[in-house]
Amino acid sequence: MRLTVWTYDGPPHVGAMRVVTAMRGVHYVLHAPQGDTYADLLFTMIERRDRRPPVTYTTFKASDLGADTAALFKETARAAYERFRPQAMIVSPSCTGELIQDDPGGLAKALDLPVPVIPLHLNSYQRKENWGAAETFHALVRGCCRGRTYEPKPAGARPTANILGPAALGFRHRDDQVEVRRLLGLLGIDVAVTAPWEASPADLARLPEADFNVVLYPEVADTAAKWLSRTFRQPFTRTIPIGLNATRDFLREAAELAGVDPAPALAAVEAEARMPWYSASVDSTYLTGKRVFIFGDATHAIAAARVASEELGFEVCGIGTYGREFARDVRAAAERLSLEALITDDMLEVEEAIAAARPELVLGTQMERHIAKRLGLPCAVISAPVHVQDHPARFAPQMGIEGANVIFDTWVHPLMMGLEEHLLTMFRDDPEFHDEAAPSHLGPAAPAPVAEDTADAALAWAADAEQELKKIPFFVRGKARRNTERFAADHGLSTITIETLYDAKAHFGR
Amino acid sequence: MTPFDRADPAPPATGCADTPPVLRERGQHAVFCGLTGIIWLHRKMRDAFFLIVGSRTCAHLMQSAAGVMIFAEPRFATAILEEQDLAGLADANDELDRVVDRLLARRPDVKTLFLVGSCPSEVIKIDLARAAQRLSRRHLPTTRVLAYSGSGIETTFTEGEDACLASLVPEMPATKAGSLLVIGSLPDMVEDQFARLFAAMGLEDTAFLPAREAFALPAVGPGTRVLMAQPFLAATAKALEDRGAVVLSAPYPFGAEGTEAWLRAGAEALGVSPDHITAAIAPGKARAAKALASAREKLAGRSVFFFPDSQLEIPLARFLAREMGMRLIEVGTPYLHRRHMAAEMALLPDGVTLSEGQDVDRQLDRARAARPDLTVCGLGLANPLEAEGLATKWSIELVFSPIHGFEHAADLAELFTRPLTRRALLAHAQDQSTRGPEPCASS
Repeated sequence: MRLTVWTYDGPPHVGAMRVVTAMRGVHYVLHAPQGDTYADLLFTMIERRDRRPPVTYTTFKASDLGADTAALFKETARAAYERFRPQAMIVSPSCTGELIQDDPGGLAKALDLPVPVIPLHLNSYQRKENWGAAETFHALVRGCCRGRTYEPKPAGARPTANILGPAALGFRHRDDQVEVRRLLGLLGIDVAVTAPWEASPADLARLPEADFNVVLYPEVADTAAKWLSRTFRQPFTRTIPIGLNATRDFLREAAELAGVDPAPALAAVEAEARMPWYSASVDSTYLTGKRVFIFGDATHAIAAARVASEELGFEVCGIGTYGREFARDVRAAAERLSLEALITDDMLEVEEAIAAARPELVLGTQMERHIAKRLGLPCAVISAPVHVQDHPARFAPQMGIEGANVIFDTWVHPLMMGLEEHLLTMFRDDPEFHDEAAPSHLGPAAPAPVAEDTADAALAWAADAEQELKKIPFFVRGKARRNTERFAADHGLSTITIETLYDAKAHFGR
Repeated sequence: MTPFDRADPAPPATGCADTPPVLRERGQHAVFCGLTGIIWLHRKMRDAFFLIVGSRTCAHLMQSAAGVMIFAEPRFATAILEEQDLAGLADANDELDRVVDRLLARRPDVKTLFLVGSCPSEVIKIDLARAAQRLSRRHLPTTRVLAYSGSGIETTFTEGEDACLASLVPEMPATKAGSLLVIGSLPDMVEDQFARLFAAMGLEDTAFLPAREAFALPAVGPGTRVLMAQPFLAATAKALEDRGAVVLSAPYPFGAEGTEAWLRAGAEALGVSPDHITAAIAPGKARAAKALASAREKLAGRSVFFFPDSQLEIPLARFLAREMGMRLIEVGTPYLHRRHMAAEMALLPDGVTLSEGQDVDRQLDRARAARPDLTVCGLGLANPLEAEGLATKWSIELVFSPIHGFEHAADLAELFTRPLTRRALLAHAQDQSTRGPEPCASS
């Protein structure tokens, strides 16, 4: 048993729901007790979908357990087929359904429905949401491509690719696939099928016709892409086009797979991208070396680390993921940054790591947003799970050229703008700007500032040094305190004087 | 004569109590399980902690239902069952003891710990009642450990509160004194309003279950008169009857009419004279009547369709029909307890269809065919129905908001007027923009 208040991942059948809800013409019959329909509202409320997820629940109750839950399943599956007439169905037990040991696959087979029925084995007590999504997508692709064979394409045909991975309830999946379709268009590559996003089973059956696959989210599409690669000799892209450097690499990779020249597309990146100039402009100078802590799913965490260090000039001071399936990739990314990756799904551990790393910006999920709020740190969201506000009405991809523009705005916004920082320092002795003054919009009842903790209890601050420290603007004071204490410890000093403060400043000055 | 009296026609002919046509359905239920009751119960009982023994699905449900509350150090958590817990029952108990010890060491302020059963824990038959006894022996007198089931296989949404309160009843001290006990968790503000009204009638020692501190439970005995503030408390009522208490029959305190009848039932059972009651409630009743008048203009004549959710549907439909003049098409309830609903059914207008249980797809077909002006339903159905052109009111808000009593009667009505007002506003604005600006009146 594991004591849990919150979870980064839902159970695996929610992953299955994310795949079928993204698709058209597939229906999911879930052998589940009353109450599991709660998951519907993730799609209707958080993602604001205008229709119910294509899921029917058997809704068994305690009184059914002594009787025939298997018959209930068959009845429900038949009725769901009659009502929705899908092109294909998937069936599985939810976590409680696993315990009562009916076999939805076998029972559905006995119904002899005129469409493919694909059984899922989701291991609810071992696996989680993303795994469930990947497994479901893989099972559907296999089921729909049954009987297909590899056929070489006629010479001279335009290159084609499938886009794999965008699912319901994905972080910016809706807009990412639009932006990536545009990138492929710049290369002269046609998109054959995008899946699971708005794809039907008939579309999945056409997957083998494309030259290669573009994997946007390995968490959802890696298993299926590997199977397609084994079965139909379809290679797939490994670069996730988040950030401009990654977008350029992606264009080169896709161009090579398609046998086309990437130069025109790369030129378009230079012509259209605003992010490099924004990042180079003098107002961004204060971003240099800002310490950033990154946590999320593996794909977004790795991509964010690259953008932060290569394109915004941040210092990555921590990186981690809750997705154990891709922990190895995050460890490798951490190693490149001389860090040790944090692999955990325990929010308290993440909170401890963030507090210890003392970042100036946190990039994470909705959990990290709340941690950052508690610690008084700026934060931006880079990965699921997210609340409703991160399924925005406006076009807001993370991938490609526009994605880089979105990322620049989103990450920089919570940090104080350079001019603001400069003015605050200049005016810090004015009555409005001294550091106990509350922001004017909060009125007189603003909360008291959070007490600063001292890293080392053995170090004492002389009173005048403490006074001097208070003159430093509050948003850099933590760093000054930390640096001074480290300097004092390194030099064997037990009392910190004004001299020590300025010695440390000279030592660490940037 | 109050404005309310003028607006209210003669009560419609009633007949539901005699020949209640109830449609019973079995099929997919689009409802929450009883675990969700924890969300409001833990806010009410400040010294209590709720530990669900369940799966990742249970934790995910609580997270989805609790929204941002999950980040405010809530007093609930899930002990997630893992593969090894399914293997043998003996170590499931050891594991549970370990989790509880760790939890109580971290939260020494917890005085009542509820072990809450879920579908997985019920199916693999972890005996939480015995675990609670064992853990109580270990942690009393600091912490009392109780158990109940909030599983979906046994409980629907608000029935989780019923199961929780029923588990408290055997712990209540005994008394022979005569007093009033109000059952059902109410927002503190509402509880205070009722306490003041009863005090004004001379009933100073009216008790509430749950109390704000669960450890200090009210007493119960043959002199206790139980007034149900919520309709979904059948098991709790039964447990109190087993302790000798008498459960009163009354409509539920929604709207001016329901609140008056409810207060009267409670006070009269304790021997308060009708005149005394009338005097005590007069100001609140007049305020409610005045506040409800404008809502009635917006709702009168409109039709409403209730999907089952909380068991509050019948009392709320009664309020909307009798005080707001709405037409009832279908009133669904997850469970219809005839005895505790008798006073309400007697007030329902003729011709209403009651439904108990659910086959959600068939019920959606009926709603689509009836095209009600307002559909009361859960969050999984609301946006899809809005997209089909039906105005909806999401029902969970009715459980979380203060809606009981005189002072909140208009707030209750507003929950139903707001979606209609919004719809009218947006349609009007759209209409304006397609027609262009209004011509100037003077030209």
